[in-house]
Amino acid sequence: MTSTATAPPETAPAPEPTAPARPARRHTPAWLVLPSLVLLVAALGYPVGWQVVTSFQHFGMMQQFGQPPEWVGLANYASLVTDPELWVIVGRSIVFCLVCALSTVAIGLGLALLMGAVSRAGRLVLQVALLLAWAMPVVASMTVWTWIVNWRNGLLNWVLERVGVDAQGHNWLVEPLSFLVVAAVIVVWMSVPFVALSIYAGLTQLSPEVLEAAEIDGAGGWKRLRHIILPLVAPVISIVLLLQLIWDLRVFTQIKLLQDAGGVANETHLLGTYIYQLGTGAGDFGMASAVSILMLLLTVAVSWYYVRSLMKEES
Amino acid sequence: MSRILGPASSRHSTRGSTRRSVLTVVAVLVALVWAFPVYWMVNSAFLDKVTLQSSTPTFLPFGGSFDNFATVFGDAGFIRALGISLAVTLVTVAAAIVIAFLGALAISRFRFRGRRSFILALLLIQMLPAEGLFIAQYKMMSSVGMLNNVLGLALLYTAAVVPFTVWMLRGFVAGVPVELEEAAMVDGLSRTKAFLRITFPLLAPGLVASGVYAFLQAWNEFTVALVVMTEEQSRTLPLWLRGFVQASATRETDWGQVMAASTVVAVPVIIFFLVVQGRMSNGLVGGAVKG
Repeated sequence: MTSTATAPPETAPAPEPTAPARPARRHTPAWLVLPSLVLLVAALGYPVGWQVVTSFQHFGMMQQFGQPPEWVGLANYASLVTDPELWVIVGRSIVFCLVCALSTVAIGLGLALLMGAVSRAGRLVLQVALLLAWAMPVVASMTVWTWIVNWRNGLLNWVLERVGVDAQGHNWLVEPLSFLVVAAVIVVWMSVPFVALSIYAGLTQLSPEVLEAAEIDGAGGWKRLRHIILPLVAPVISIVLLLQLIWDLRVFTQIKLLQDAGGVANETHLLGTYIYQLGTGAGDFGMASAVSILMLLLTVAVSWYYVRSLMKEES
Repeated sequence: MSRILGPASSRHSTRGSTRRSVLTVVAVLVALVWAFPVYWMVNSAFLDKVTLQSSTPTFLPFGGSFDNFATVFGDAGFIRALGISLAVTLVTVAAAIVIAFLGALAISRFRFRGRRSFILALLLIQMLPAEGLFIAQYKMMSSVGMLNNVLGLALLYTAAVVPFTVWMLRGFVAGVPVELEEAAMVDGLSRTKAFLRITFPLLAPGLVASGVYAFLQAWNEFTVALVVMTEEQSRTLPLWLRGFVQASATRETDWGQVMAASTVVAVPVIIFFLVVQGRMSNGLVGGAVKG
């Protein structure tokens, strides 16, 4: 059926170009969609389902060795909700996410406006630099940053010494707060290029006539920014802000690698590393699944608006 | 379009041009700050251990050598990780292109029942964090005996990139008018031939862009690999690089070698990325501003 549907034999009469739907093609879309569906169900759907089920079970070390998991209903969720450690981690993740996303968008907007205000050469230099930072693989970026903040002979402490801070031999990864600040700086450094270039692309869509008219009417630079430019690029800003919120909530690699490089794991966990530690570290798959479900729900809640706006574009 | 914030007319040209020069200097300084870590990686890659351990940083790679790169390419662990990364990436790229192409064809050329739900599912799935799923994926892979398996990892990667590649290809397929194909069929070509000779070449840029996107994801991915590639023998390149970071916590690290290794991993990515960058950001924020 597939082959006849997608490729009728050459002897078949030439189809009429005006015919809206050919009966033979009725099942074609189903066959075309099938591979994606099978793949997504196998690699993502099944794990999500397993996770939902497991989040209602006691699934610890004993189950790893073959004991059947015990059905515990909402017990995992109950112990999560009453676990102060989880709320500390949820709170830390949300604060980290908000700080990173808001600073990323603020800096990105600033750089986009800067690109719009400078000479062609200046803009090109800035764009190339941003693209370089954006293109770096996350793990390679992390090796460079751990080298820069390395306490023995990293560049950061040397620079701080030069400007008069007594930072020699100071390990920034040992204290939770400075650890998270380092992580936030790295995350913002990685994310700004996408935001800046997207907002700049939005700026270039503005018609010069509108800006010129505003200027003739006597609107100065600030007024034009406040009343004309920002409202017109607001849709782009809100979408990149949303994407940043989603991405910064799930930040894992940066935190994990900084922990590897000598950070204190227990006091620096965000949701992602906490789930990892619960699952592969402590072997408590029931609790890990419950936290994962919580994280999925948080993400879907934040993504909903973005997905809806993309669907609108589609129809 | 270069002067969005600058004066739109030439009335204030002198004041405007001074302002612009100042801002250009600011832009160049920001550019230097942003590109610095990338420069620092390449610079350190050329320097030897003694130079890097001195109390004063060396900002230019004068007197440097390719020794660190030679060491990286002579490392059996690197060669093995390179092989595994290449295999996983190739399988992912090939599978993602084929599967996503079929899916894109379905949603852009056909109106069928469930089409809207399919698109909605794609977009939602694309948002699912790997970090919220990896425990379950680990259990699934271990129960079918596919931990440390190249195909298993490629399967997870393909599923992760297919939603976005379908979405990206949809635009390309929709951009080729059906009339072109039909005109060719009127001229006597079969549907298949019309598709292969007319539509397919026009889609080539889209297929390349999706392939590069899949390449970047599979080549750079860390989280899922960390969970399902548990043995040292089956490390991908990012996991192999992570080994250096871990080692730096406890002992003196040869940063020159680490930076050379990072450079080797990053260079193909940077090249490919520059090829496809515009497509990817358009796909994500596409349609937000209607010009």
